[in-house]
Amino acid sequence: MSTLEDLPRDAEAAFAAVDNLPALDQAKARFLGKTGLITEQMKGLGKMDAEGRKAAGARINQIKDQVEASLKARREAIEAETLRRQLAAEALDVTLPGRGETMGGLHPVTRTLARIERMFASMGFEVADGPEIETDFYNFTALNIPDNHPARAMHDTFYLPGGHLLRTHTSPVQVHYMQRQQPPIKIIAPGRVYRCDSDVTHTPMFHQVEGLWVDETVSFADLKGVLADFMRHFFERDHMPVRFRPSFFPFTEPSAEMDIGCVICGGDGCRVCSHTGWLEVLGCGMVHPNVFGHVGYDAEKWQGFAFGLGVERLAMLRYGVDDLRLFFENDVRFLKQFA
Amino acid sequence: MQFSEAWLRSLVNPDLDTRQLGHLLTMAGLEVEAMEPAAPPFDAVVVAEILTAERHPDADRLQVCTVRVGEGEPLRIVCGAPNARAGLKTACAQVGAVLPGDFRIKQAKVRGVESSGMLCSAKELGIAEAAEGIMELPADAPVGDSLRDYLGLDDQLITLKLTPNRGDCLSVQGIAREVAAITGTLRQAVPCDPVAADIDDSFPVAITAPEACPRYHGRVIRGIDPKAHTPDWMVRRLERSGMRPIHPVVDVTNYVLLELGQPMHAFDLAKLCGSVQARMARAGETLALLNEQSIELDAQSLVIADDGGPLALAGIMGGVASSVTESTLDIFLEAAHFSPAAIAGRARAFGLGSDSSHRFERGVDPELPARAMERASRLILDICGGKAGPSRETVGKPIPPAVIVFRPARARRLLGIDLGDETMRALLARLGLAIETEGETWRVSAPSHRFDLRHEVDLIEEVARLHGYDAIPAAAPRAAAYMRPAGESIRSVSEVKNTMTSMGYQEVITYSFISESMQEDLVGGEQIALLNPIASQMAVMRGSLLPGLVQTLRHNLNHGQERLRIFEVGRCFTGMDMDSQPMRLAGLAYGPTLAEQWGEKTRPADFFDLKGDVEALLSPRKPGFTAETHPALHPGQCARLSLDGQPVGWLGALHPTLVREYDLGRAPILFEIDWRAVGGRNLPRFKSISRLPAVRRDLAVLVDEAVRVGEIQERISANLPDLVTDFRLFDVYRGQELEPGKKSLAFSMLLQHTEKTLTETEIEAAVTSVLALLSEHFAARLRT
Repeated sequence: MSTLEDLPRDAEAAFAAVDNLPALDQAKARFLGKTGLITEQMKGLGKMDAEGRKAAGARINQIKDQVEASLKARREAIEAETLRRQLAAEALDVTLPGRGETMGGLHPVTRTLARIERMFASMGFEVADGPEIETDFYNFTALNIPDNHPARAMHDTFYLPGGHLLRTHTSPVQVHYMQRQQPPIKIIAPGRVYRCDSDVTHTPMFHQVEGLWVDETVSFADLKGVLADFMRHFFERDHMPVRFRPSFFPFTEPSAEMDIGCVICGGDGCRVCSHTGWLEVLGCGMVHPNVFGHVGYDAEKWQGFAFGLGVERLAMLRYGVDDLRLFFENDVRFLKQFA
Repeated sequence: MQFSEAWLRSLVNPDLDTRQLGHLLTMAGLEVEAMEPAAPPFDAVVVAEILTAERHPDADRLQVCTVRVGEGEPLRIVCGAPNARAGLKTACAQVGAVLPGDFRIKQAKVRGVESSGMLCSAKELGIAEAAEGIMELPADAPVGDSLRDYLGLDDQLITLKLTPNRGDCLSVQGIAREVAAITGTLRQAVPCDPVAADIDDSFPVAITAPEACPRYHGRVIRGIDPKAHTPDWMVRRLERSGMRPIHPVVDVTNYVLLELGQPMHAFDLAKLCGSVQARMARAGETLALLNEQSIELDAQSLVIADDGGPLALAGIMGGVASSVTESTLDIFLEAAHFSPAAIAGRARAFGLGSDSSHRFERGVDPELPARAMERASRLILDICGGKAGPSRETVGKPIPPAVIVFRPARARRLLGIDLGDETMRALLARLGLAIETEGETWRVSAPSHRFDLRHEVDLIEEVARLHGYDAIPAAAPRAAAYMRPAGESIRSVSEVKNTMTSMGYQEVITYSFISESMQEDLVGGEQIALLNPIASQMAVMRGSLLPGLVQTLRHNLNHGQERLRIFEVGRCFTGMDMDSQPMRLAGLAYGPTLAEQWGEKTRPADFFDLKGDVEALLSPRKPGFTAETHPALHPGQCARLSLDGQPVGWLGALHPTLVREYDLGRAPILFEIDWRAVGGRNLPRFKSISRLPAVRRDLAVLVDEAVRVGEIQERISANLPDLVTDFRLFDVYRGQELEPGKKSLAFSMLLQHTEKTLTETEIEAAVTSVLALLSEHFAARLRT
């Protein structure tokens, strides 16, 4: 039988001999259990005198502390080892691909429109909407384009029975909006438009964004400021050159075409800008008093600007797409690039 | 409008190079579309005269020529052109010359004979597409002069893309006027002095359509020389404007059209009968035109007619019968003003278009006919000889000049710039506008050629244009700021689209028009057909988004995709008014539920996958699904969606016959929902939540195969005991051990009270009442 002084060493050896917690508990019982060796030693104290009991008791407690310490150390070691094994067993090849949940994506036209809407929303422009099957009145007459006006020849119109047509531009939304809303107004109207034209650079359907701001002092200088700002933000080029050229739209006067310095060649001249260094990006102007007349606005009091831009064109320039027709083929290999 | 820079510079010659001139025009609103040199670069080519031409001693097809090129000794040049002959004036490239294509002329020996240069064809010099032999220059061509100078080849062909309002710039004179106004350079006037009448002859003219033809000038010229030739300088200017010489008289009218902008017409006087009338055509009249097309006229067509019938489609094209020919001796010359309204759209209606109609549609200076008549008469007399009668004017309806009110303050407000009155006055004066000042209001009269100026804003644009759009500052706008509403029960389009992409769907945008057959197969109903479709597969307006999705699937299958999740948001068309153009959202799923991967057993997406997507999309609103049929969908796998009792869309598998027809292999699952269902959302309304534990009870019941779970759900939900907070299906079982024709449905019920713990009795009572409902309405029996 072990002596008291042997117990720490014996216990440590007994603990070291086991490698799991149940076995450790059994080993523990052998030393510290109700009938364990240390408990037995404690029981022996009762036979001693007070002096001897005090000294021996203190010694037994020291020994007990030692045994408990080695038990604790062994328990921690076993737990650590168990965890280590579990972790090793559960290790994955984290380079395996995920389970194949895929995200969809937005169409590049939508993506472009969303940016345009966000930028104009930051200046307080609201989004307006209108029908795509229009009447002659809204598409032409109310926009100061009378019958047989040569400007009508610039719009290759799709016609429907009963004097209806597919809107050739988003400008009719101006008229709808002004008919039901009193100024001041500040809107953009994105949407599909249709022209009877199909070749490498034309699709019979495309998207425009119309803009309209009518208030008491909105001026041509404001038009220049807003649109120059917009283009620079759209292309994220702070110093992009822009220019405004006189042009003609029946529903604005003065009218202008806006050019930006070619974003492909930086203005040196390339195929995209026809070697001019400039890209025509939108048409704009001050709303013609006749248009105000058609919607019952007082043209002496109210003034403002309107603009219209082609969304696919901006998307092509922004993302470097070189074929307009890709937008409507909906090949997912194309669309995924804009997700 | 194409013209020669040199021609323009003969009228106005600002101190600008070609590039600067082009920039100036573009920035003034006359956009330069193209600029190309009249001839490619070459040098050391001179006018030469062939003195002698003899057959080459060793080559049948070559000639040895002595050629005079100036003061020095004549050159010996071997030439292969059959038209090389003594006395011919031609082009000679001297030794050292570089011709187009980097072709260098060297001293050479041709079959043993020294040759010191090359006689050139127009093709070799790059000034013609094709040529037969060497150039034949006029007999008076100055020998030794540079050919470039002699032919004016250092010229540019400028093409302007003119906007429809600037009809006044459809002539060299008009462009010169504009350049002079912008640069302040002096302009040479085109000489239009009256031609004195040598004879008294005239031809009677009557105008019976005065609105359409306010003015008509006519003149008889007799005894022109049928052998006359159009002079080279005129041919050159015509050709550089894109016209071909035809006949000296016709060339003169074309020249005047280009020079002044006045379309004219010349009739063969011998073929006119009685009198000339400007009138509307009568139904049934026909006219054989100069382009060999024969047209049937109607009462909307303005014609020039004689007593025998229509001679010309006024302002658009002449008739062949009365046209000037090689045998014409006497002519009747017309310079008329036709109103834009009378001409606009007519040329297009007949599928015609001419330089004349192009101008009249946009408007021509109403005061121009008189001057054009004098200019053309002078040129004809100079070129063709003959004797002119008096120019006779017939007036249909006088055109009063417009007076426009202009307020400088309004211009400043509209443009947002601080231009002084005097600056504006000077700018407007440069355009030849006459200004009468009445305090703050000016009365401005435009010259007759600026018929496009009608409104105050037109003048404001002119001020801005001449001041320069570039000179107007780009301002950061200042205006009253208003907060915009943000409706909480509206889901924006972008929000919904983002939800769709998060669920794995790729957005597509398909054409709003589809083929008639697709519309019939997949949508049915009334067809809204385009009157002028661009192709048969784009002939009718889509009544649904489904055809576009199926087409997109087809396209992507062709390109090797095996799995597709796509959606589109857009309008469909069931009629023409606004309410018949509803916005919808549609989706399509095809192929396995998951993209091919290693970790999960997969299966083709089915009806219930999409149903789950639709429920998630509309959540927390709960749509109803009822079995109904749709022309595009499998009759047994098709549900109509409803929201608050209103039908809002469809969900189902594509019909097997369409799967075969479009060769899709297996059926895609499709859904389509009205935007009003997708774009709305309920405002949340708080209900207190229980802190007490919920009790779950499961019920498995046996029902007939025909019983629909949706009907059970609906019935039970409507009559649920208050304690039951959730009632849902968690299993459907069919098996051998069940009675034939029966299925087992397992439902779970959650019971909970907001304030107290439930007693077993209360729970039992609730379960019993649900069971009673199941048994009463669906003949359900509890499975034991």
